[in-house]
Amino acid sequence: MAVSDVKEYAHLTEAQVEELGAKFDAIRKEIQDSLGAKDAAYIRKMITLQRRLLAAARVTLFASAFPPAWVAGTTMLGVAKILENIEIGHNVMHGQWDWMNDPEIHSSSWEWDTMQPAEQWKHSHNYIHHTFTNVLGRDNDIGYGILRISRDQKWRPSHLGNPIWNLLLATLFEWGVALHDLDLEAIRKGEKDKKLLRGQLKQIGRKIRKQVGKDYLLFPLLTGPNFLTTLTANATANLMRNLWSYLVIFVDHFPDGVTYFTKEELEDETQGEWYLRQILGSANFRGHQTTHVMAGYLSYQIEHHLYPDLPSYRYPEIAKQTKAICEEYGVPYILGSLPGHYWQTFRTICKMSVPNGKLWNKDLDPIDPVRFERPERELAAVA
Amino acid sequence: MSAVPGFDISPQRLVASTASAALALAGVAVTAGRRARRSAPAGKPLRGTAGRFTTPLLPDDYLQLINPLWSARELRGRVERVERETDDAATVVIRPGWGFSYTYQPGQYVGIGVNVDGRFHWRSYSLTSPPKRVQKHIAITVKAMPEGFLSSHLVRGLAPGTIVRLALPQGEFVLPNPPPEKLLFVTAGSGITPVMAMLRTLDRRRTMPDVVLIHSAPTEAEVLFRTELHGLAKGQSQFNLIERHTTKDGRVDFSKLDEVCPDWRDRQVWACGPERLLNDAESHWKSAGLDEALHLERFTASFNTSAEGGHVKYAVSGKEVDIDGATTLLEAGEKEGINMPFGCRMGICHTCTVRMVSGAVRDLRNGQETSGENTNIQTCVTAAAGDCVLEV
Repeated sequence: MAVSDVKEYAHLTEAQVEELGAKFDAIRKEIQDSLGAKDAAYIRKMITLQRRLLAAARVTLFASAFPPAWVAGTTMLGVAKILENIEIGHNVMHGQWDWMNDPEIHSSSWEWDTMQPAEQWKHSHNYIHHTFTNVLGRDNDIGYGILRISRDQKWRPSHLGNPIWNLLLATLFEWGVALHDLDLEAIRKGEKDKKLLRGQLKQIGRKIRKQVGKDYLLFPLLTGPNFLTTLTANATANLMRNLWSYLVIFVDHFPDGVTYFTKEELEDETQGEWYLRQILGSANFRGHQTTHVMAGYLSYQIEHHLYPDLPSYRYPEIAKQTKAICEEYGVPYILGSLPGHYWQTFRTICKMSVPNGKLWNKDLDPIDPVRFERPERELAAVA
Repeated sequence: MSAVPGFDISPQRLVASTASAALALAGVAVTAGRRARRSAPAGKPLRGTAGRFTTPLLPDDYLQLINPLWSARELRGRVERVERETDDAATVVIRPGWGFSYTYQPGQYVGIGVNVDGRFHWRSYSLTSPPKRVQKHIAITVKAMPEGFLSSHLVRGLAPGTIVRLALPQGEFVLPNPPPEKLLFVTAGSGITPVMAMLRTLDRRRTMPDVVLIHSAPTEAEVLFRTELHGLAKGQSQFNLIERHTTKDGRVDFSKLDEVCPDWRDRQVWACGPERLLNDAESHWKSAGLDEALHLERFTASFNTSAEGGHVKYAVSGKEVDIDGATTLLEAGEKEGINMPFGCRMGICHTCTVRMVSGAVRDLRNGQETSGENTNIQTCVTAAAGDCVLEV
């Protein structure tokens, strides 16, 4: 069941939630105050690395008819696109690097290497998803208007195709994301403003023309007789990026135990309650340093949701503190492995394709978010 | 902090103190802030085609990996040398990159953005190099202020080879062409810098009219360009230099102007220096009924960041309003009917970010103050901490 009062759900008093909020505020201030030359050097180095890698990939693909060159070029291009989209683009557009006061690395001017225009991403993701995280009917990221992810979402016959839509979304992820800010749910209900829709479609069209022109026409043409092999290389690199982005995003929000909320939660929600909702609505996964960079540190999804505009590579450092606070207050902190979380996500997607209670075995019904226990110390204090 | 009498002035120019200049700078900021596509040596059609390949980036974003000056996305320059002028002042010679315009007029200033500890800080300084037809360098002269960390950094901490950001030259403090036949310059401290560019240009073009320069500095050692000024006075009889050392001679007393420059009523006047000097000059020429002849360039002490609230000008919409220290700039703007960008209203999504042309704001979440020029701020969590000009 979706939660309508996060404070009550977490067995915390108003004072405790406020105290917890102040602790999270203090972490933000500590990190903000410490931002400096080292941080700036990190993102500049990352951007330089990514651009060199992309240039090297494009040059290598001049020999795309030669299979080893195809493999090398495609891999470099795929990695460059992943870095650009997640560790650089996504994070820059969040305003994580706005503090540098550099208009070239700024949320207001960044445009990324994917079909969706940056402006629409910032609205659908930074504003809608990050403000109304996991609130049913407000956060369009719960299933992206295509999939049924939570038992609290109304079942429609189209959801029978959940596993198929899931596969299509994974493969064509950047196209799905491109349409995300149109708000498919609103269009379905006929609530979408026609003029706004036309404007958005035009903007998407312009962006798609540029992206498709570059990857599927100009660069292949540039490599002359290797047109076809360069085309397949570029398409494969885009597919690599699609599958990886999909994977990272899905395991961040849909594993077992992640909590969804009703609109009532938003009424008079305090800063402390907002923090709590962000923690309960996200899941972290473990990994090697390289995995974290490739995931834009979204593997620290809880920290990303608490502080979407603090530099991503500080999340591991922040996590030590946030995890300790969660333990202190008995707030669940979801941490698992990438494959494990994906398996749970996939299982949920399959189960949600049928209406609630219609599975042949009741035990197969999706697991409700875990009701967690307060630490004994706390209970004793209350008693 | 108010301007201290004498020479304890910050060399940064509060351009925002005059309405027209503020809008002029806002104009620059608009060009600099958007994804600039200025004409660069490579030529427009070629750049357009190259851009089809590099989209969503510009060719410049890759070219600058080879040479940091090969980008016109943001104007930039490389520090060639830092020449010491006095104990606490230096001339910074900069080689601008693609897209810079050399068609500036002597007396204009240039915005310079310097990366200090990961952040870009912007200030404006008068160009001291005279404009030339064939030119590869520009120069600014900076006096280090005790409390001005950026000016100190420019004078003492700037290594040759450093890449800085630039804004196009701007400013109304310029001579007409041809120059008036009789001129009077009144300057103090680093207020000499725009006038030096004028003098150098007049000298270079051999069009020096009848000029009197009254220049003050605390002591002889602190007079900027002293050797050059005396050289000019020696070589050209129509240039008269009146040098004052205020620790000994006191500040300029305009009521005694007749003694040093009897024909001041016949002269067009350009004055630049601390607030008090300019206020004195203003009232003096006004009482003589000659304020038309007076041209001023104001300096200011550092932005007043201890203030609660302030006068806020929304430069693009043209609205102005006095707000308190508790109202966010977003709320105040919306109340004025301005179409302000907004999102989460809690400081996390950065949708509301706009450029502050100049001024000081306080982050209501942590009390942190931000001041300066060309700085991006989140309007949903900041309030005015002094007067501000916003580009919205």
